[in-house]
Amino acid sequence: MIEPSTAEYSADNAPQLTPEQAIANLQSSDLSLRYYAAWWLGRFRVNQPEVVDALIAALEDEADRTELGGYPLRRNAARALGKLGDGKAVPSLIKCLECADFYVREAAAESLLMLRAKTAASALIQLLDGGVAAAVQVPGRPHLIQPYEAVLEALGAIKATEAISLIQPFLEHPIPRVQCAAARAMYQLTQDSAYGERLVKVLDSSDLKLRRVALGDLGAIGYLAAAEAIASAKAENSFKLIALKGLLEHQLPEELDNLHVSDDAIRVMNLMDSLL
Amino acid sequence: MTEELIRAVTLADTPARMVDAVQNLAAARDAAAIPTLIAVFGYNNPAAAAIAAAGLIELGEVAVPQLLEQIDDYNYGARAYSIRTLAAIADPRALDVLITIAATDFAPTVRRAAAKGLGNLHWHQLSVPDSQTALTRALSTLLSISQDSDWSIRYAAVVGLQALAKIPELRHPIRARLEEMLASDPEKAVRSRVYLAHSQ
Repeated sequence: MIEPSTAEYSADNAPQLTPEQAIANLQSSDLSLRYYAAWWLGRFRVNQPEVVDALIAALEDEADRTELGGYPLRRNAARALGKLGDGKAVPSLIKCLECADFYVREAAAESLLMLRAKTAASALIQLLDGGVAAAVQVPGRPHLIQPYEAVLEALGAIKATEAISLIQPFLEHPIPRVQCAAARAMYQLTQDSAYGERLVKVLDSSDLKLRRVALGDLGAIGYLAAAEAIASAKAENSFKLIALKGLLEHQLPEELDNLHVSDDAIRVMNLMDSLL
Repeated sequence: MTEELIRAVTLADTPARMVDAVQNLAAARDAAAIPTLIAVFGYNNPAAAAIAAAGLIELGEVAVPQLLEQIDDYNYGARAYSIRTLAAIADPRALDVLITIAATDFAPTVRRAAAKGLGNLHWHQLSVPDSQTALTRALSTLLSISQDSDWSIRYAAVVGLQALAKIPELRHPIRARLEEMLASDPEKAVRSRVYLAHSQ
């Protein structure tokens, strides 16, 4: 399944909820209503203090457990907190990096990236313990020991330059997606175009899913030199548009009311126009 | 001759052979190839689909009725190729389809193609009272989707509006809407595209 943000379906086939109902449902005795409400509050960015507090409380939920010992409600609460953008959630999300459930750790790392939580650096670095040698698959599970992709991306996004020497070896990790995450982080931490070019190379991969990953990474780092390669990559236009939007945003000044559009920005927009 | 080329497309059993067969059929520039070229949009072979689209665009207006009839309601990838092809040919007979799709299709990629196409039709091919109505409908559709919740749809609406602003009597309402968007759109990328449209 593609990430919701890039899905080709904009139709909402979710049951109708109001923010009030969703907040109430977080306390429901029906665990499936709680789980859904946590997702819904993030999806519709219901950014109210009482929602943030309720979701932070849900990070410690014990009621909702899977047969393998996972915490579904905690996963959804952690994902939603990243979307709400309230820094108040950071300490609790950092605590989630130690959760026994891999998917809670992954969701927490992704949300800490979204919250640009600089204070999470040392907790994220701990998850790289043992380096590439330890970064193997959990027997019988579809994932590695740690959510390395999310951890590497978060360390890059929060500019944790102290992690560079720990991240670099992951460029040689056997799994290409992890290599991409490492290249993305290395570019963000060093601004060295060699790492951007590694991602551009991945656009020629024979694996469509991997090409989409590289597009997402190039958009996230705003690597301008990749613009034409992105536009001509063999992937769906929606993925290319999102990547080019990332490049464009990196070309625009922070000051929103003083929009000066540079030649580079115009070049990127012309490519975007051609993908409509 | 064309029949043989059509048969080669139906018999192509690898993606590469399909690309070659479509290339040969498109190069024939024969209206008899139109239904087969349109069918290629549904084969999930982007390289072949792009060649088929280019071939149909080259055939131009003669392909429009069949393109309009054969829009695939069940395959949004194929539908996107049809809409991009119609937008490139720019025949105003596509107006109703472009309006419906821009406003209501569930697939953003198809809506974006329709929004871009709505700005660029050959309006002069319509007779006078018709062209007035057509322009008004194209404008109101683009103004409406310029408020969509999906940034990429709003971006495409700006591209459509910029093209439509070439029509003197539409310039004023379009500029007014672009100014609103410049002041209020939540996405920096959309605002910068508005700025670009505004400065042209």
